[in-house]
Amino acid sequence: MDADIKEKTPIVGTTSDKKNEIKIAVNNLSAFFGKNQALREVSLDVKANRVLAIIGPSGCGKSTFLRSINRMHEVAGGTITGEIIFDNEDVMKVDPVYLRRKIGMVFQKPNPFPTMSIYNNVVVGLKLNGIRSKKILDEVVERSLKRVALWDEVKDILNKSGAHISGGQQQRLCIARTLAVEPEVILMDEPTSALDPISTSKIEELMFELKNDYTIVIVTHNMQQASRISDRTAFFYLGQLVEEGTTKDIFINPKHERTENYITGRFG
Amino acid sequence: MKLKHKKRNLRKRKITNVIMLSFSFFAAIVTIIPLALIFYYTISKGIANLNIDFFTKMPTPVGEPGGGMANAIVGTILLILIGGAIGIPLGILSGLYISEFGNNRFGDVVRFLTDVLSGVPSIVVGVVAYTLIVIPMGHFSAFAGGGALAILMIPTITRTTESMINLVPSSYREAGLALGIPKWKTTLAIVLKTAWKGIATGILLGLARAAGETAPLLFTALGNRFWSVNVFQPIASLTVYIYQYATAPFKDWNDQAWTAALVLILMISVLSLFFRFITRSKYKV
Amino acid sequence: MSNNPTGSLTTDTSFESVKSLINGKVKRKKEPSPFTKKILGHKNIGDLIFERLTLLFAALVVLLVVVMGWEMYVHSRLSIKEFGFQFLVSTEWDPYAEHFGALPMIFGTIVSSILALLIAVPLGIGVAVFLSELSPLWLERPLSFLTELLAGIPSIIYGLWGIFVLVPWLRDDVEPFLQKAFPGVPLFEGTPYGFGMLAAAIILSIMILPIISSISRDVLRSVPQAQREAAYGLGATKWEVTRIVLGNAKSGLLGATMLGLGRAIGETMAVTMVIGNRPEISASLLDPAYTMASVVANEFTEATSMLYLSALIELALVLFIITIIVNVLARLLVWSTEEKRG
Repeated sequence: MDADIKEKTPIVGTTSDKKNEIKIAVNNLSAFFGKNQALREVSLDVKANRVLAIIGPSGCGKSTFLRSINRMHEVAGGTITGEIIFDNEDVMKVDPVYLRRKIGMVFQKPNPFPTMSIYNNVVVGLKLNGIRSKKILDEVVERSLKRVALWDEVKDILNKSGAHISGGQQQRLCIARTLAVEPEVILMDEPTSALDPISTSKIEELMFELKNDYTIVIVTHNMQQASRISDRTAFFYLGQLVEEGTTKDIFINPKHERTENYITGRFG
Repeated sequence: MKLKHKKRNLRKRKITNVIMLSFSFFAAIVTIIPLALIFYYTISKGIANLNIDFFTKMPTPVGEPGGGMANAIVGTILLILIGGAIGIPLGILSGLYISEFGNNRFGDVVRFLTDVLSGVPSIVVGVVAYTLIVIPMGHFSAFAGGGALAILMIPTITRTTESMINLVPSSYREAGLALGIPKWKTTLAIVLKTAWKGIATGILLGLARAAGETAPLLFTALGNRFWSVNVFQPIASLTVYIYQYATAPFKDWNDQAWTAALVLILMISVLSLFFRFITRSKYKV
Repeated sequence: MSNNPTGSLTTDTSFESVKSLINGKVKRKKEPSPFTKKILGHKNIGDLIFERLTLLFAALVVLLVVVMGWEMYVHSRLSIKEFGFQFLVSTEWDPYAEHFGALPMIFGTIVSSILALLIAVPLGIGVAVFLSELSPLWLERPLSFLTELLAGIPSIIYGLWGIFVLVPWLRDDVEPFLQKAFPGVPLFEGTPYGFGMLAAAIILSIMILPIISSISRDVLRSVPQAQREAAYGLGATKWEVTRIVLGNAKSGLLGATMLGLGRAIGETMAVTMVIGNRPEISASLLDPAYTMASVVANEFTEATSMLYLSALIELALVLFIITIIVNVLARLLVWSTEEKRG
C-alpha cells in the first residue's frame, strides 16, 4: 500500500518546499452555463500560503472561477473544460464531498444556519460527518471561534441562534464554520461586501493571520481591499485572465493597458 | 347643459360606489354569521352533556340515558394515528422528491396527480379504500379507515413540503455543500430542518382535516358499539357517531351528537395548540 | 491541516487534528473503497439511496391515483355492462327491482351545486373585494382568519347544525314565507319539510364560500398596484377601480368559482343530512332530492347485491371523473391569471 503511494511522485510541491509550492494549478479552464461561456481558457497557479485576490468588473467571471475550484459551479448547473489540479488530482475526478472539505468557501452574504445555535453552526460540518464526541466538538468550537476572534464575544451565548449576532460577527462565524472542517484552501467570494467598514477591517486582519496556515483565494470588487491584503492579484475581464502577478506589480506596474485602466478607475 | 349632465352622472357613479362597497361589506358580515351561529349552537347545546362520563363511559343501549363516547374518542385518535403513520412519510418523501429532483417530466406528473388527488371527494376515497383494503381483508377495519384518511392527507402534506423547501434560500444549501456535507445530509439536516415549521403546519392541517372526516369512514372503519383498539377490526369514531346520533329519532342521542361535535372541535384545537408548541422557536428572540 | 506529503484526495485525510485528539497521534485513515467513489461516478452512496427512496414514494403516489381510477372502473364493470348508458339517463333508482338509473342523483348534484354557486360566488367575491380593497388593516387579519376558520369546520358539524337549526328555520319560517310571497310559482311548490334542495343549496353555499373568497383574494392581490393607481389617477371611484381590477382577474375568479364547484359536487355529509334523500327530480326547491355523493354514503353498507354495489361504485367513478375535470380546468384558469402578472 505504502509503496503504491510512494510511487506517485508529486508534480506539485511538497510542504517542505513552502516558498513556491503551488497549491492549485488551473490549466485552460473554460466554464459554461449551458451555451453561455463564462470563462475562457484561464490558466493560473495558486501558490500555497498566500492570498490571491481576483479582481475585475462585474460579470467578468471571478465568481465562476472561484466556484469551479470547489465544484460549486456544477451545483448551479454549470460545466467546465480544462483541468484544475489540487493535491495531485484533477478535482473533476474525485468525490466533490471530499474535495469541499479540503477547499472551503465563505460566501458574500453571511449565512449561518438559522435553526442551529452558534455552537452547532461551528461544528455542523463535523457533526454531519460523523464526529459526535462532545469533548472534541467543544474543543473545536473554542479553537475555531478563537481563531476568528469571536470567542470572547460569543462564548456565553453559544446556544443562542446563529442569527442572533451582528452581520460582521455572523460572517466570522461562517469563517469559523469553514475552519472547523480543517480545509487547506479557503475560497472567499466577496466576503466583506455586505459588511460595515469596521467588520470589514476585522475580517481583513483575520485573513492576514489565516494565510500562515491556509491558502486563500478571495474575489473582491474592492481594489483597495485587494491591495491591502493580497500577495498576488489576478485581473479578469470578460471571462479571461488578463494579468496575474504580485500585487505590487499589478497595482504599481501593470503590464496590460486594460489592467491599468481598471486599476485607475477608468471603467468597471 | 353639459355640466348638469356631468353632475348627474357623477352623482350616479357616487351612488353606485356606495351601493357596491356596502354590498361587499355586507358580504363580509354575512360570511361571519353562519360561523358565529355554528359555534354558538355547538357550544351551547354541546356543553349540556359535557361531563367526565362522556370521556370515560361507553355508549348505552338505545333508550337508556347516559353513557359516553369513550370508544369513539379513542377511535378517532387511533384513526388519525394510522392515517398519519402512512400519510406523513408518503407526503414528506414525495414532497422532497418533487422539490429536490422533480425538475423533469416525471416531477410534473407527480405534481399534477397530487393536485388531482387533492380534489377527489372524500366519499370517493372511501370507496377506493373499500375496494383496496376492505375487500381483500374480508371485513371492515380501523386500518382501512386509517388508509382512507392517509390518502386524504397526502396531497396537503406533499404540497406543503414542496413549497416550504423551495422557500429555503439556496445560500443555506450552498453553504452546507461547500462544507463537504453530502447532498442528502444537506437536504435533510439543513434544508428540511429550516423548512420544518412550515411543513409541520401542513401536517397539522392534514391531521385536523382527517379528524373531521366522516364519509370515508362509513364503509371502511364502519363503527363499533363496543370498546376496541384493534387495528384490524371496525372501530368507532366521533364523526360517524355524530352522524348516527344526529339522524336518529331519539332526542337523547341528538343531544349527545352536539356534545360529540363540541368534543371534536376541542380535540382539533388541542391538536393545533400541540403543533404550535412543538414547532415553537427554540431561541428567545 | 494535514502534513501528508502526497495528499491524494483518494485518501480521506479530513479532520486530521481532530482525529489526533481521538487517537493521541496523527493516524492516516484507510483508503476508502474505490468502488464507492469510482464505480458510482463519485456519488455518495447516501445520495443515491436518498434519491431512489424519494423517487419510490413519489411513484407510489402516482400509482395510487392510477390504481384509484382503475379499481373503481373494475368494480363498476358489472353495472356498466348491465345498464350501459341508461345508467346516466334513467330516473328509476330501484334497489328492490335491481334497476339503477342515476339521473335524479346527477340532477341533484348539479342543481344543488349550481344553486350554491349562485349564492356563494357573489358573496365570496364580495368578501374578497372587501378584504383586499376596502378593509382597514386592523380588520383584515381577524376577518380573514375567521373566513379560514369557516373552511376548517368539519362537514358533519355543518350537517348537524343543518338538521337542528337550518332545517327547522326553513320549515317554520322561510319556506312558508316564500310560498305566501310567491304563490303558484313551481319553484316553491310542495309541502315545506325544511329538508330538501333549498336546505342543501344553502349549506353548500356556506361551505364553499371560504374557498371561493380566499382564492379570489389571492387572485385580486396578484393584480399589480399600478393598475389601481392608474385608474384612481383618472378620477375613478373606488368601486370603478375595483371593477377594473376584477376585470383583470376574470379568469382567476372563474377558476376560484370552479374550485368551489368542485368542492360542492363532492360534498357528502352535510348535504346528506339535509337534502331529504329522495331519488326524484322535481322543479321545486322545497322538495327533497338526492345527490351522487349522498346515495353512495347512505346506501353503500346496505347494498345487498353485487349489482347494487357495482352501481354505487359506478356513481363514485362518475364523481371521480367529474371532479377531476372541474379541478383541472379550475387550476388552469387560476394559474393563467397569476402567470400573467409580470
